[in-house]
Amino acid sequence: MTEHVEILSIGSSKRHRAESRFRVYGIIAIVLSLSFLLIMVGSIATRGITAFKQSFVFVEIDLPADKIDVDDIKGTRFGKLLKSALRDRFPEATSRKEKKLVYGLVSSTAEYSVRDQVVENPELVGSRAGFWIRASSDVDMYLKGYIDAELAESQRRLNDKQLKWIKQLKTHGHVESRFNTQFFTGGDSREPEQAGILGAVVGSALSLLVCFLLSFPLGVLAAVYLEEFTTQSRLNRIIEVNINNLAAVPSIVFGLLGLAIFLNFFGLPRSTPLVGGMVLALMTLPTIIIASRASLRAVPPSIREAAMGLGASKVQTTFHHVIPLAMPGMLTGSIIGMAQALGETAPLLMIGMVAFIVDVPQGITDAATALPVQIFLWADSPERGFLEKTSAAIMVLLVFLIAMNLVAIILRRRLERRW
Amino acid sequence: MNIMTINENLNAMPDQPNSAVNEPIVRAKGVDVFYGDKQALFDVDLDVQKNSVTALIGPSGCGKSTLLRCFNRMNDVIPICRVTGLVTLGGQDIHAPNVDVVSLRKEVGMVFQKPNPFPKSIYDNIAYGPRIHGMTQNKAELDAVVEKSLRRAGLWEEVKDRLDKPGTGLSGGQQQRLCIARAIAVKPKVILMDEPCSALDPIATAKVEELIDELRERFTIIIVTHSMQQAARVSQHTAFFHLGYLVENGATEDIFTTPEDERTKNYITGRIG
Ligand SMILES: Nc1ncnc2c1ncn2[C@@H]1O[C@H](COP(=O)(O)OP(=O)(O)OP(=O)(O)O)[C@@H](O)[C@H]1O
Ligand SMILES: [Mg+2]
Repeated sequence: MTEHVEILSIGSSKRHRAESRFRVYGIIAIVLSLSFLLIMVGSIATRGITAFKQSFVFVEIDLPADKIDVDDIKGTRFGKLLKSALRDRFPEATSRKEKKLVYGLVSSTAEYSVRDQVVENPELVGSRAGFWIRASSDVDMYLKGYIDAELAESQRRLNDKQLKWIKQLKTHGHVESRFNTQFFTGGDSREPEQAGILGAVVGSALSLLVCFLLSFPLGVLAAVYLEEFTTQSRLNRIIEVNINNLAAVPSIVFGLLGLAIFLNFFGLPRSTPLVGGMVLALMTLPTIIIASRASLRAVPPSIREAAMGLGASKVQTTFHHVIPLAMPGMLTGSIIGMAQALGETAPLLMIGMVAFIVDVPQGITDAATALPVQIFLWADSPERGFLEKTSAAIMVLLVFLIAMNLVAIILRRRLERRW
Repeated sequence: MNIMTINENLNAMPDQPNSAVNEPIVRAKGVDVFYGDKQALFDVDLDVQKNSVTALIGPSGCGKSTLLRCFNRMNDVIPICRVTGLVTLGGQDIHAPNVDVVSLRKEVGMVFQKPNPFPKSIYDNIAYGPRIHGMTQNKAELDAVVEKSLRRAGLWEEVKDRLDKPGTGLSGGQQQRLCIARAIAVKPKVILMDEPCSALDPIATAKVEELIDELRERFTIIIVTHSMQQAARVSQHTAFFHLGYLVENGATEDIFTTPEDERTKNYITGRIG
């Protein structure tokens, strides 16, 4: 009797060890992948977080009434006024070269923000008013600590005089770091301090909308037809294999296809979310079909039998019972496909969504870029100021992705009333 | 002839039980069924009398379900399945090209082995059939049909307060009676039941059996069962199948007391099966 007990316990302790070993492996795998994720997100966040702040410089500008036409404030050349204000601020800059260095402290787009402020407050005309204007990217970088003042003068973007002036501004409290709303409300720009992400976000959103509107109905209908209305014929199997193949085709091929067909043959407008969405739809279609077929297959056959036994036709059975039950799975599959599409760059390059576009697109036929393309463009720019923008844009892309997945989860909760 | 002929023929049939005895409502004549190359039923002849319960018994895999599914052409759904021979409902060939399978299935309801309510409310489960067949004009009529069907299935008292609750939330026995109620809501002439109690406990089984006995007044029932006792309790006619052949068929009493065929005797005494 005792022997039996011993044999039993030996066997079980071996099993226990195997089980706990397996659990440890699992935990190690999870911890490893989580830490990679954390490192990635952490490094992006620490690099990109500064892009949400922007340095502003305080300058007093003379707005003489004889130089500004009150009825046409927009037509006034504020650049001149700003420059003379800057010269007044730093009178020691006398040579042409030094004056240029002074002008370089503020953004070259600053005159437009001065103009906009005066347009909003026309009563300022005729007085001397203080303005907070965007610092140039170099100054911004220096203030954020990205430019090392210890370096030899020839090797840094700001020379000793400029550093002295910045110090001077600082001691007067004329430098301030503010939340960079421009980044979230503006389009792209040649000047890093002026560049915003909204154009790319809207471009991506519009492309995805087109992509969803095209690929979801098409994909679901194709899946329903293949799953519910065809028999297991040879043709059906060939189609199935080819759909799986399509899902694995590199996305750039779809881009070339889009270029050849949508742009060159049909003559649709280049660089637009319309064409971008169509190309992305080609790409997501196989994913959606595969996911939809899987979720249709997961609907128990007993439900179909129940409906057909009551005299429901094939179409009624499918649309009243099978599709509603499969819908959560179909939606999840589609959102996964859309998330892939959101990160897709190569096909968009092919159809010209890589152009430099300052305006935020207003519709699907306006020229636009997309988030990943914007990241690519900024990462490719030589200016130091675009480096932080690149990381910030990646963060925006990740937030976009998370938002999409949240929508998917919420939709699924809503629909998944399996009871 | 059009698809309505099934209905007309049935309605034209005399309702008196004594004359109906001669006129089977469902008749299978020389039915062969093939799954691909494999033959599952061989030359089956079976008459089913109106307002009676006919039990199909036999060992597993002998083709009971296959025959049952011939009566409402559920075998059409299986691509490899081929049915030859004559099956009539109310005297009309159900395989005739002018017969609409939808109206056939409205006349021949089915209850499956595993309760399979729709994942919808109890009300919608019952109302689905009448809705798709356009059997009611308004909500009040539909409500009446739902209540009547649930009452006939003996489920009304148990669920009347929670008609909007999911049908899948009921117990197994209740679900099966819900499925029966769903089947009778479209007012079929014949109800096919494929081992309706095999997933139920004895008490739920007793309830369903009681129900079947009551339903006999209005419907003709063909039931597949593995339980000899159940066949004896609920049926008036019994057909015994073996390896795809209809071996013996007649009044339940006779089959169980004086079986003619050796195989029938062995099966009901538990020696094969
Ligand atoms: N869909 C199918 N495809 C191929 N063969 C089938 C199919 N359905 C049934 N068969 C075969 O047909 C024969 C009869 O099956 P059927 O389901 O009618 O038996 P049954 O009498 O209902 O058995 P059980 O009592 O186990 O339910 C079996 O040999 C089975 O293997
Ligand atoms: Mg069976």
